[in-house]
Amino acid sequence: MSFPQPIATNRSATGIPTGKLAVWWVIGSEIVIFGGLLVSYIMLRLFHSGWDAEAAHTNTWFGAINTFVLLTSSLFVVLAHQAAEAGEEKKAFRLIWLTIGGGAIFLINKAIEWSGEISHGLVMTKSVFWSFYYTACGLHALHVIAGMVIMAIISFDVLKKQHMNRVELIGIYWHFVDIVWIFLFPMLYIAK
Amino acid sequence: MQFIIERASSFAADIDFMILLIALLGGFWFFVAQGILWYFMFAYRRSKNPKAAYVSGEKPEETKWIHWPHYAVIVCDIVIIAFALKIWFGVKQTLPPPDSTIRIVAQQWAWKFYHPGPDNQLGTADDIGTVDELHVEVNKTYHFKLESDDVLHSFSVPVFRLKQDAVPGRIITGWFKPTKTGQFDIQCAEMCGIAHGAMAARIHIESPEDHQAWVKSLRPDQVTKQNQQESTTEQNPSKGTEAI
Amino acid sequence: MSHAEHAHQSIWQKYIFSTDHKVIGLQYLFTGMFMALLGGFFSYAFRMQMAFPGKDVPLWGLVTAGEYNALITNHGTIMIFWVAMPVLIAALGNFLIPLMIGCDDMVFPRINRLSFQIFFLSAVVLLASFFVPGGAFAGAWTAYPPLSSNPDYSLTPLGSVLWLIAVALEFVAFLLGGINFITTMMNARAPGMKMYDIPILVWMIVIASIVFMASVGPLVAGAVMLLFDQLFAVGFYNPAKGGDPILWQHLFWFFGHPEVYVVLLPAMGIVAEILPVFARKKLFGYKTILYTAIATGTLSMFVWAHHQFVAGIDPRMANVFTITTVLISIPIAEMVFVYIATLYKGSIEFSSAMLFALSFLVTFLLGGVTGIFLGASASDIYFHDTYFVLAHFHFTFVPIAILAVFAGIYYWYPKMFGRMMNETLGKIHFWGTIITFHLIFLPLFYTGAAGDHRRIYNYDNFPDLAKPYMNDLRIIATIALIFMLLFQIPFLYNFVVSWKKGAKAGKNPWNANTLEWTTESPPPHGNWKELPSVYRGPYEYSVPGRASDFWPQNEKA
Repeated sequence: MSFPQPIATNRSATGIPTGKLAVWWVIGSEIVIFGGLLVSYIMLRLFHSGWDAEAAHTNTWFGAINTFVLLTSSLFVVLAHQAAEAGEEKKAFRLIWLTIGGGAIFLINKAIEWSGEISHGLVMTKSVFWSFYYTACGLHALHVIAGMVIMAIISFDVLKKQHMNRVELIGIYWHFVDIVWIFLFPMLYIAK
Repeated sequence: MQFIIERASSFAADIDFMILLIALLGGFWFFVAQGILWYFMFAYRRSKNPKAAYVSGEKPEETKWIHWPHYAVIVCDIVIIAFALKIWFGVKQTLPPPDSTIRIVAQQWAWKFYHPGPDNQLGTADDIGTVDELHVEVNKTYHFKLESDDVLHSFSVPVFRLKQDAVPGRIITGWFKPTKTGQFDIQCAEMCGIAHGAMAARIHIESPEDHQAWVKSLRPDQVTKQNQQESTTEQNPSKGTEAI
Repeated sequence: MSHAEHAHQSIWQKYIFSTDHKVIGLQYLFTGMFMALLGGFFSYAFRMQMAFPGKDVPLWGLVTAGEYNALITNHGTIMIFWVAMPVLIAALGNFLIPLMIGCDDMVFPRINRLSFQIFFLSAVVLLASFFVPGGAFAGAWTAYPPLSSNPDYSLTPLGSVLWLIAVALEFVAFLLGGINFITTMMNARAPGMKMYDIPILVWMIVIASIVFMASVGPLVAGAVMLLFDQLFAVGFYNPAKGGDPILWQHLFWFFGHPEVYVVLLPAMGIVAEILPVFARKKLFGYKTILYTAIATGTLSMFVWAHHQFVAGIDPRMANVFTITTVLISIPIAEMVFVYIATLYKGSIEFSSAMLFALSFLVTFLLGGVTGIFLGASASDIYFHDTYFVLAHFHFTFVPIAILAVFAGIYYWYPKMFGRMMNETLGKIHFWGTIITFHLIFLPLFYTGAAGDHRRIYNYDNFPDLAKPYMNDLRIIATIALIFMLLFQIPFLYNFVVSWKKGAKAGKNPWNANTLEWTTESPPPHGNWKELPSVYRGPYEYSVPGRASDFWPQNEKA
């Protein structure tokens, strides 16, 4: 079924494009989800002893490398946005795939880290610290995967010079995913 | 409230007073608002008043009709808050020195009560353990240490106006002082599984003589030795060790 | 796409996989009505067991203790998440927001369709939970762990998981829907429609969506944690593993209390649309209503722990939450005063829609006042988890999800289906519903004050509560409930028969001002042949110096 665009989709009473508004509202609702999880983590950790010893087993290096990878990929998506604004679709396409590559390195890194931890018996059921560790990182990794999939779809639109504005939208989302990690990294890896 | 349900604890009257106060203040505004609403519905019906007036409700002389009652509501709110905090402080936030201490353990679906026994010390050999039957003396201040073995329960004695949830992993301390002899219901007031509706117990509030007679009537095998304190975090209302 | 082309679509495309906001709105409405019947039937089954313990209930059979708990749990869950939310927010929001702000659809039609599909799936999952081994979840709609997290305690290993998945899916559906409502209102308004020209109902649905979005996040996280506890025996809520069962209560009520206002605000919005039309009177203090709604929504985020006064939280915390809770009476009282003031010097016509709207005010006042007993910590020690609480929140939720919704259905039915509903049947339905409603819940205030605690399948176990006069009150409530359910038959008959046989409604049967009444009934695909522009606010009734007593928003002069 062909899909006619209702007039509603093109109106902009606020002056902000509707897509951008929606992305901000999505991020708003995501912030409270991660916020709820992290506040629960902080409250439980503050009022129970013994968590530091559990946290000592996390590998700060893995976390630090992933932070670097994710920040770099955020830079690529900014450059992709610039290229899309300038109408250089091939350059934007390449930069989007570099961003996706950053996400992939992040996930591979994470997979290696987790398999090491799980083989050492540091599993989800070991203690509540590890439950939070896997839940928070897992939820974040799902967002990384979702971002990569959406970027892949957008990249082919960009090649055809369609929906170029969506590069900016996915960029905003990717920055958000990045910032969530910036919160997770100190709370799970550095606080020991 | 005492016409609906008896009072049998020292703070029951305070809580009933709170209920009465809210009933009076809230009831006043309730009847004022209902009165005006019904009067408007009656006086401005279509057959009586075929043509409506134009009132925007945004001029000061119009909004004052909203704002004045609204300030009066604030005053009532402050009175209610003040009494609520004061009575709450007396019931839940302070612990008067106890004459005796009992241990209450909730489980699916029964209440286990540990009375301190003749030496008035919990955790000793002469403790008296009972199931679904709590015996206390009238006019003595009791502390209770409330625990749960499995899920959430709630220790509720309506005639005391007392309710406290039992949380697994915590020992929650509270107090009561019975003021009237008799037998009354103890309920579990928190959903605790299939037989939640059957998790009933009775409290026997006795005169000192009757209480002694009850203690003497027990056979030795009813006196428990299993009253070990488990290593769980203790929660004292006046200290508040758990913040969440 | 023109109307003629639209006619060529198959029924499948037109009614099942439509992206048209009106079709999606009606899909939500019918799903919600079906779930309401189911929730009502559940209440019949468990009330019968309570009034006549151990007797076979007609149409159900013997209600065992486990079944009783499953029925009350799912009655609550269904009525909140699968009736109040979809009907008040999704059905009315989808059907009315584009019509009221003068555009042809939502800004994300396909996300809108996805939202309904996820919602429908969630309802299917919930219903499926009744047919798994162990039966449906029975740990109360609040699902406190460890009862909800550990199948050894609940004895419903699959029911608990399905219940949680259903609720989580429902949240996702409403997050998607909410984003759509908010962005649609922000961006897709008709030319000339300024902030204060937006009908109150649209504001209310949008504010409710924002409050929902801001409060549900932590519970989504909490639901993931609870799911892991259920499936993998992780210890988020297990004190033996360093977790804390009270944590769930915070996450649940941080959402659960704002949720009350999430459904209250749209109900207030329905009443705000109906009162001016049938009193031919401008809404008193538009801005006051808007600001008190925002204040209520904001304040509602800071009152949650009044559900936990006796749950084992730090008793000092109760003081803070007593203050915030009692203070929320201020914006709510102000909003009710404003509605009453709207009637002043009006010219009131008691149509079925107006009767339901007025009954909302009458009953909600009692619901609101009885809430103070529970918000004040000292009196809540006694009332917590008694039938007083139950009667209180039914005196808020029934006005919200039943009375206001009926008001809305009687009012917008002509727009939805192009025909008028029968007024006589409407009045029979109204009086039958409102009188039986009071007969159900007024006795329960009393039994609650006398000590009846909630979720008890048989009071014979409690000698103080098993007194004959108490049981008489329970029987009165139960019989009144049966009559209340029977009085819905005239409504359903009216609803179905008027669809084909009602009088033709025309564009604007009520002489109302808002934009939905300026197009055909029912509106064609695309809503208007030419989209309207707006020149004034929505409540300009009986303006002095005009011959007609209404002044539609799209009329130039």
